[in-house]
Amino acid sequence: MSNGTTGVTAGPRLRSKVRLRFDRRTGRTLLLYPERGLELNDSAAEIARLCTGEWTIDDIARQLARTHAEVSPVEIDRAVREFLRSLADRGLLEGHR
Amino acid sequence: MNDECRPYTLIAELTYRCPLRCPYCSNPLDHARHENELDSGAWCRVFREAEALGVVQLNLTGGEPLLRDDLEVLIEQAGRLELYMNLITGGIPLTFERLARCKALGLRSVQVSIQSARPAESDRIAGAPSFHRKLEVMQWVTALGLPLTLNVVLHRDNIEEVPDLIALAERVSADRLELANTQYLGWALKNRAALLPAREQIERARTVAADAKARLRGTMDVLFVTPDYYSPYPKSCMDGWGRRFLVVNPEGLALPCHLAHGLPGLRFDNVARRSLADIWHHSDGFNRFRGEEWLPDPCRTCDRRRADFGGCRCQAFHLTGDAGATDPVCPLSSDHGLIEAARVQAAERPVSFEYRTGRSVVQS
Repeated sequence: MSNGTTGVTAGPRLRSKVRLRFDRRTGRTLLLYPERGLELNDSAAEIARLCTGEWTIDDIARQLARTHAEVSPVEIDRAVREFLRSLADRGLLEGHR
Repeated sequence: MNDECRPYTLIAELTYRCPLRCPYCSNPLDHARHENELDSGAWCRVFREAEALGVVQLNLTGGEPLLRDDLEVLIEQAGRLELYMNLITGGIPLTFERLARCKALGLRSVQVSIQSARPAESDRIAGAPSFHRKLEVMQWVTALGLPLTLNVVLHRDNIEEVPDLIALAERVSADRLELANTQYLGWALKNRAALLPAREQIERARTVAADAKARLRGTMDVLFVTPDYYSPYPKSCMDGWGRRFLVVNPEGLALPCHLAHGLPGLRFDNVARRSLADIWHHSDGFNRFRGEEWLPDPCRTCDRRRADFGGCRCQAFHLTGDAGATDPVCPLSSDHGLIEAARVQAAERPVSFEYRTGRSVVQS
């Protein structure tokens, strides 16, 4: 649950070891962590940037639905959860249930 | 050249000097001859050129990188370039204050190696009292909020400790545990008879590691690297020659892997005399084993040629005398008998280590 006084947050947040970096060579976003890196496509990068702890998974899916009107909300919700799960499995997220 | 060959990681070997003397050290056998280390200015230029070439990860390693008095200067430069910086260290000599300074300047993660889960054994293998200090360093790393990789090189005398090593990694809140079997090149190849585990040891350790990996998913990454000698196929060494990794050694030689300059007939260039981009794209050394033109039979027509790129060039050379041969680890190699013979030998009583010393050695 969100709690404004203690800073406890409701949503997924990238662990502090994660760095997002713009890649000049490809124009893509790289997600870097110890000895590894992922090249993100545009929507994955959008999701990753929303992993600040401030937004719930539903918030993130709604935000993406606004910028990707051509894709059904159900499809977007599924894709968001799948991507977050893959980040969590790699130990890159906290606050992810 | 397209991004088929793009260096993502620069491995900066800042020095060959090290206070420890592990018998499987991957330093060159004649490392004592190498005395001219690149200075701060040269390294800073290498970092800038590497970043421009596409590098985003920087491994600061050695030898022992902490022995460089200018480590903070180098970290500051790499930090300004937003390189994801990993310090690969034995943890000696270090203070909490120095580590905190490195973090403030942009250090992102730290890898500490131990030689065994048992203090006396770790010290015996390292050839110096060091275990308790390493534990303290690991606590500093996590106290500063830096992700910690615990690295252990496995061989027949410590592979039974894998359960203890996993427990230790959990106790120190490691972010990653690397259970890396010895690569049998350099010092380790000389000591192979003493170091190579038997097959049953490998199988047991691999099972324990796989269980831990599943149990700790999302908390700690557990990586188990099987020794080539028990792998069904060769490794895609360095993800392919001159594809993803760029090594610069203490004297400034730019290499596709840290032992490549031990291969005969290849010319490698020094970063002091040629730009990194020119070396990466156009040098003979980097182009020698790129692509598929050079592939020997049976690799040339093999379905796995884009998965393992013919295996490790150094292993091919050190075992067969031909750097362009198929890695003998492959069952299709005509030299695969060499690997099978080593496995048989692994069942025999181990001999004692030949300790790495500061002196040059005569190769026997």
